[in-house]
Amino acid sequence: MAHKRVVIPIGPFHPLIEEPEYFALSCEGETVVDVEWQAGCMHRGIEKVSESLHWDQVTFAVERICGICSTSHPIAYCNAVEDLLGIEPPVRARYIRSIICELERLHSHLLWVGLAGHFLGYNTVFMWAWKYREPILDAFELVTGNRQHYAMMKVGGVRRDIDDEDTLRLKKILGEAQGKIEMLTAAVLDDPVLAARLKGVGVLTPEDIKNYGAVGPTARASGVDIDVRRDSPYAAYPLVEWDVITASAGDVFDKAVVRLLECRESIRIIEQCLDAIRGQKGEIDAKVREIPPGEGIGHHEAPRGEVFHYVRSDGTNRPVRHKIRAPSFVNIPTFRASCIGQTVSDVAIILAAVDPCYCCTERIQVYNRKTGTKEFGFDDLLRLSREKTQRIAREMGT
Amino acid sequence: MTVAEQLKEALGNRVMRLETPNPKRVYLTVSPEDLVEAVRFVWQVLDARYVIVSGVDTGSQIELLYHFSIDRKDTFVSLRVFLDRNRPEIVSLSSLIPATEWIEREIWELLGVTFTGHPNLTHLLLADDWPEGNYPLRKKTDGA
Repeated sequence: MAHKRVVIPIGPFHPLIEEPEYFALSCEGETVVDVEWQAGCMHRGIEKVSESLHWDQVTFAVERICGICSTSHPIAYCNAVEDLLGIEPPVRARYIRSIICELERLHSHLLWVGLAGHFLGYNTVFMWAWKYREPILDAFELVTGNRQHYAMMKVGGVRRDIDDEDTLRLKKILGEAQGKIEMLTAAVLDDPVLAARLKGVGVLTPEDIKNYGAVGPTARASGVDIDVRRDSPYAAYPLVEWDVITASAGDVFDKAVVRLLECRESIRIIEQCLDAIRGQKGEIDAKVREIPPGEGIGHHEAPRGEVFHYVRSDGTNRPVRHKIRAPSFVNIPTFRASCIGQTVSDVAIILAAVDPCYCCTERIQVYNRKTGTKEFGFDDLLRLSREKTQRIAREMGT
Repeated sequence: MTVAEQLKEALGNRVMRLETPNPKRVYLTVSPEDLVEAVRFVWQVLDARYVIVSGVDTGSQIELLYHFSIDRKDTFVSLRVFLDRNRPEIVSLSSLIPATEWIEREIWELLGVTFTGHPNLTHLLLADDWPEGNYPLRKKTDGA
């Protein structure tokens, strides 16, 4: 019997991740046959606002675009204006920029790992990851004064220096965090439940990445070896040793692998940067006064992928056009490639935005219209669920 | 061979203007009719990564910049086209590059550019009942 098509809405305000987004999953039975995405529930018009602000004010306006990767937009914007000017910030400022960006990557990846665990109903991972994320936020407070919205970037450099005492404190915090993150990484990657739940789910091929222009860990998990930090060197990335992490399967599990292993690389980068600035003195600001007419492109490898900014100047003290592309704008449409044909429960994880009401608490009852009797009751569903678990266990050979 | 030279050789007299403010940035102006061919060359032959499209209201024209990145060479190629501000219209690239479907919807609602052949030219960021003909990113010009 052909299934009737049903639309399952996720949004417009997500109950779990508390962010406005709307996905309409068209389903036939349990299989998702189409996904539609609607954005704009929180459209704030920052590109337009930017045209009314001074070049210096824009740095702080774009910091408000995202509360998680809040330094990614300012640095991409500064890169764009510096591209227009044809200047490079002083070396010390470049090291400090990389320290801030990598601390951000650490806390953002830990946040994602925690949320992924939460979406799966695996709250131990959630609590561990967020517990280990806390000292990173303390480190931010130590050097910038804020846990979020650090206001460290400015065109031509950074706003605050990191003194020698703070480099030692940061190294201590990182040293302690490193052991815990290594333990979490090993625990998550060895976990048979997570492997069973995430491997082979939501696969994106390199062709999908090309077609949708996807970036960041989403692309690298599919074996597409791109990373702005290496491909388009800026800040201190060409001055320190680190590796770009890639994986090949393109499924949700490999996205977790890439993110967790990137935490290790971030710590490597920060430690080298801290060693480079300790005991040294130097300028942290190129002291930009005027922005001449012209156009500039800047990008930055944010935790979620490449952030892109395009600015145009007519020689006044405000940009005449400022185009911003966040990584999610190109990563979200890949859901069309990764979700179709999957089951609703898997799609919830692929979207990394599961509504537990659908997966865990929603109950079905099937009535036979002719006889008016229940075809499946609670006991039948329990039996079916157990049979499926046993079948998966047999297939995995456990 | 630099990216700019490759573009010149492949597109010949279709190149209206080629600017390279620095070796990592190439801005190439083509006519709207030649856009698809230029994009096909950059995206497929040069194997560039699609980044985004920026729309700019210059006051007299609507300018679109199709940004591509050639990551191995650390070079951005931005294809520039100018459209008539009174009736901005250009062919949709969504059948060639699926990713452009969303940004074309955004430019349609914010700047009023019609993308012919787009499968679903509806509001993306603005509300469905947004007043027709009101484009937030258009500049206010005299008499407008």
